[in-house]
Amino acid sequence: MSMPATGSHAAARSRPADRVFAASALIAGVVILTALAAVAVFLIAQSIPALIADPATLPTPSTSFWEYVAPLAFGTVWAAALALIMALPVSIGIALFISHYAPRRVSQTLGYVIDLLAAVPSVVFGLWGIKVLAPFVQPFYAWLVDNLGWIPLFAAPVSGTGRTILTVAIVLAVMILPIITAVCREVFLQTPVLHEEAALALGATRWEMIRVAVLPAGMPGIISASMLGLGRALGETMVVAMVLSPALVISFVLTGSANPPTIAGNIALNFPEAHGIGVNALIATGLILFVITLLVNSAARVLINRRKAFSGAN
Amino acid sequence: MSGAANGIVNSLTSARLPKWVPWALLAGSWLVLAIVFGILAAGSGGDYNIVAVVFFGTVLFDVLLVTISYLVEGSRRARDRLVTSLVSTAFIIAILPLVSLLFTVAVDGWKRFDIAFFTQSMRNIVGAGTEQFPGGALHAILGTAEITGMATLISVPIGLMAAIYLVEYGRGHLARAITFFVDVMTGIPSIVAGLFAFALFALLFDDPGIRFGFGGAIALTLLMIPTVVRSSEEMLKLVPNELREASFALGVPKWLTILKVVIPTSMAGITTGVTLAIARVIGETAPLLIIAGFTASMNYDLFNGRMMALPLFVYTQYANPGTDVQPYLDRAWAAALTLILIVMALNLIARLIARIFSPKLGR
Repeated sequence: MSMPATGSHAAARSRPADRVFAASALIAGVVILTALAAVAVFLIAQSIPALIADPATLPTPSTSFWEYVAPLAFGTVWAAALALIMALPVSIGIALFISHYAPRRVSQTLGYVIDLLAAVPSVVFGLWGIKVLAPFVQPFYAWLVDNLGWIPLFAAPVSGTGRTILTVAIVLAVMILPIITAVCREVFLQTPVLHEEAALALGATRWEMIRVAVLPAGMPGIISASMLGLGRALGETMVVAMVLSPALVISFVLTGSANPPTIAGNIALNFPEAHGIGVNALIATGLILFVITLLVNSAARVLINRRKAFSGAN
Repeated sequence: MSGAANGIVNSLTSARLPKWVPWALLAGSWLVLAIVFGILAAGSGGDYNIVAVVFFGTVLFDVLLVTISYLVEGSRRARDRLVTSLVSTAFIIAILPLVSLLFTVAVDGWKRFDIAFFTQSMRNIVGAGTEQFPGGALHAILGTAEITGMATLISVPIGLMAAIYLVEYGRGHLARAITFFVDVMTGIPSIVAGLFAFALFALLFDDPGIRFGFGGAIALTLLMIPTVVRSSEEMLKLVPNELREASFALGVPKWLTILKVVIPTSMAGITTGVTLAIARVIGETAPLLIIAGFTASMNYDLFNGRMMALPLFVYTQYANPGTDVQPYLDRAWAAALTLILIVMALNLIARLIARIFSPKLGR
């Protein structure tokens, strides 16, 4: 980090206004750290009642708090992982298209178009997911279950509405495309030009040049980009709350009507009517979500910071 | 790379496909699929599916192009064409949902995009309402304006001062910790921010069912601060050091240098960043669902009582319809259209500010 300002030296007269200004800047910085700590503290404080309560009094009576959380945590990770699997190849494709294929004059406009996806509010994605996408994909699900039903992922019966975890994952994939694309694009643009030109001079086709020069140089960036995308998908709420038809199960089936709910979606659906220990239980699941996303995001940031050149996420 | 077994061909003398072939193939495959789906739609009496035409047409084009290229140009060029077409297909795949979404929102939202929608609340509205009072989102628009405005008022001073600290004063562990955790904070799920605001105020006021607008503003502040800090920091770093040194050399104190030289120079960029941050949080639904609650009536008071917001209006109209679903859905789509227009306008304003007011420093 390069600091443009010069440090004050001993001879300079220290003015009161200077000290006040410096102190308020410092306080603003500390407030941010405190806020993050406060998030953890208050979530923990409000979670404790649910952790020590009799598990039978939880919203869904269980033998332990962890049994109550398990399907939620599974659904969260499963939906986010599916979204990432779908979004990552497409994002890398788009990033390559913008950085190495599209004519330079068009590529900036294409970048704006992808950023437009990031500007659409999640609740609008939810409305679109349930009113447009779910009816659109349902016939494909029916076909998959009829013809590939022997694969456990597509076990019968098929959902009649299309409101399955696969639909949710598709919408989530669309929503995390922009962030993954943005980071990958920055990284691909920073490939050493000499490597690219050397490959082309040896007679490589464009794909061979990308394979030997661009992708290896961009690998750390791709990994951290996918982790940032994963963090987004884990915490996304409204799409899951609106599109998914949930059931408290742990199931890998992609096209059925009984889908594992996610932590965020479950909170959004049940919080308005929750009372007593139910509120604390929901906050406790929120705390778990907070910890998961914090770990994923920190790992991504550490990876990005290790190669300072790849600060595309900024 | 490919060994001698693949037969390395001299690319200067080998056959090449003429430039127009890929474009002709693309148009051809779209046309074929358009006809196929036209027959299917006519046969089953279903809707004509333009999205499927574009998608499967593109897939057909990929297959055709690679096969033809393999036959004419050999395996290395065929593989190159395969990747080129896959990469372009990825772009089309990403554009399809965007186009479909914008189209649906525009068409369905237009039905109720009328004056009543912007001048009435949902108080005492059941179903489609009456001819004169079909119900609207005025209370939600007001709530969004108040909550987002309050969040901006809190987060801009804190975010800007923190950025000044990082660029002008920060050294060592504390500055590095703030930079790292601001980055991490950009990834906090919005619903967790809402839960935090709820947990904070429920303990503070000892009210386990607390709902009020200011809590929503606090939750949005938490989401907005990292964006403001990051963009302001980038902009402050762009201010050339010579400007600061010239100011110091004239004997101007550091705080005045920052206030009168550094910030005015980077003002356009900071305003752009703040506008984009507002655009990011104005569509947040989950935190307001938790802490601001929802209501059908006007509420002007941030500190007392439930407060509606526009994204939440979309959600509640969709999730809690009466017996007659359609008017509720129409209102939801109209609110979605309003929301998208607001976000687009904010993005446009941000870009205009950046373009018009940025100092000409030859960066």
